[in-house]
Amino acid sequence: MEAYVNLFIRAAFVENLALTFFLGMCTFLAISKRIETAIGLGIAVIAVQSITVPVNYLIFRYLLKDGALAWAGLADVDLSFLGLVCYIGVIAALVQILEMTLDRFFPALYNALGIFLPLITVNCAILGGTLFMVERQYDLAQSTVFGLGSGFGWALALVALAGIREKLRYSDVPDGLQGLGITFIIVGLMSLGFMAFSGIQL
Amino acid sequence: MSEPRRILIDPLVDNNPVTLQVLGICSALAVTTSLLPALLMCLALTSVAAMSGAAISSIRSRIPTNIRIIVQMTIIASFVIVVDQLLKAFAFETSKQLSVFVGLIITNCIILGRAEAFAMKNSVGLSFIDGLGNGLGYSAVLIIVAVTRELFGAGTLLGYEILPLTGDGGWYEANGLMLLPPSAFFIIGLLIWAIRALRPRQVERPEYQIHEVHRTEVV
Repeated sequence: MEAYVNLFIRAAFVENLALTFFLGMCTFLAISKRIETAIGLGIAVIAVQSITVPVNYLIFRYLLKDGALAWAGLADVDLSFLGLVCYIGVIAALVQILEMTLDRFFPALYNALGIFLPLITVNCAILGGTLFMVERQYDLAQSTVFGLGSGFGWALALVALAGIREKLRYSDVPDGLQGLGITFIIVGLMSLGFMAFSGIQL
Repeated sequence: MSEPRRILIDPLVDNNPVTLQVLGICSALAVTTSLLPALLMCLALTSVAAMSGAAISSIRSRIPTNIRIIVQMTIIASFVIVVDQLLKAFAFETSKQLSVFVGLIITNCIILGRAEAFAMKNSVGLSFIDGLGNGLGYSAVLIIVAVTRELFGAGTLLGYEILPLTGDGGWYEANGLMLLPPSAFFIIGLLIWAIRALRPRQVERPEYQIHEVHRTEVV
């Protein structure tokens, strides 16, 4: 149990996808202007991330890995080079399902997320989570916890940045730094702050 | 300037995908702790951008509109797999350093963005050049960031010693922060500032005006 809590904290804070691995930066910078939309997108990312990582684990483990097709009588087939196409297909399909569900049951959230919901497909944090899971050889339970933790950490960073940017609207920023430039500097400072978590072990 | 040439040159500074359009930032930050992986990454991304632009453009009239994103993703993913396997075969050590970021070229917004905005509407040749130009614009930013980080963080370039470190009896005290994630954000932020100081047209309007006149307009 303790190992899973540890993994969650590592995925959410110490190895925050946005601030230490720079994943999902495009959406991270584009959707952080207002807290409400940031929270909505954050929830969507947590949901997609904690579903896709375990699902992709199952696909990797039982279809793609070297020798994984032994149950079908094809013991020496290695399909791991097909990984990228499969993972992105799973992600695209899941995002589509999530989009339809939101449209049907939470129209307000659906309208708030607008164009950015389909963009979760190309959010590198999602594909990155899956690729880290493969690279670090997590098992099913670990990959579930990792998906949840990394999605949570990304959402947390996004909402925090949105809070700072809302305050920042009334500050006097030099012309060239206006908008994108100052956002980068802030994210850098946030990333410094998150480095304080490094070394935390339970 | 002729059309193909304009398409090639434009994304380098004036319409740079990273600093103006905020696309493809993830890998621009992550692989830049030293120059060699950054160069390899530039090569990988530029080739994928150019090839996928040409491939998508060549079948653009046959792709049904409502499933075009999936089709584009599949084409892009196939090229990334080719590049990934080539890197593993010929540059295994560096490809280990790049870890997941080669795979993440698939979700690099520059590629999908150019496929959607340019390759779906233009001829094969022009799309190829457009992909090449945007790849080079991305590479320019990547190389600037990587050179700064490796030079000041470790005193080397491509592994060769440029600034002798105090630890080895030289005079340069390495700046460890340069090798850590935050520095990448700072460098790109400052780079954007520099480009916008030279090209005031790219300056964003503030959401809330403090001065009555925008400072750039006064100058």
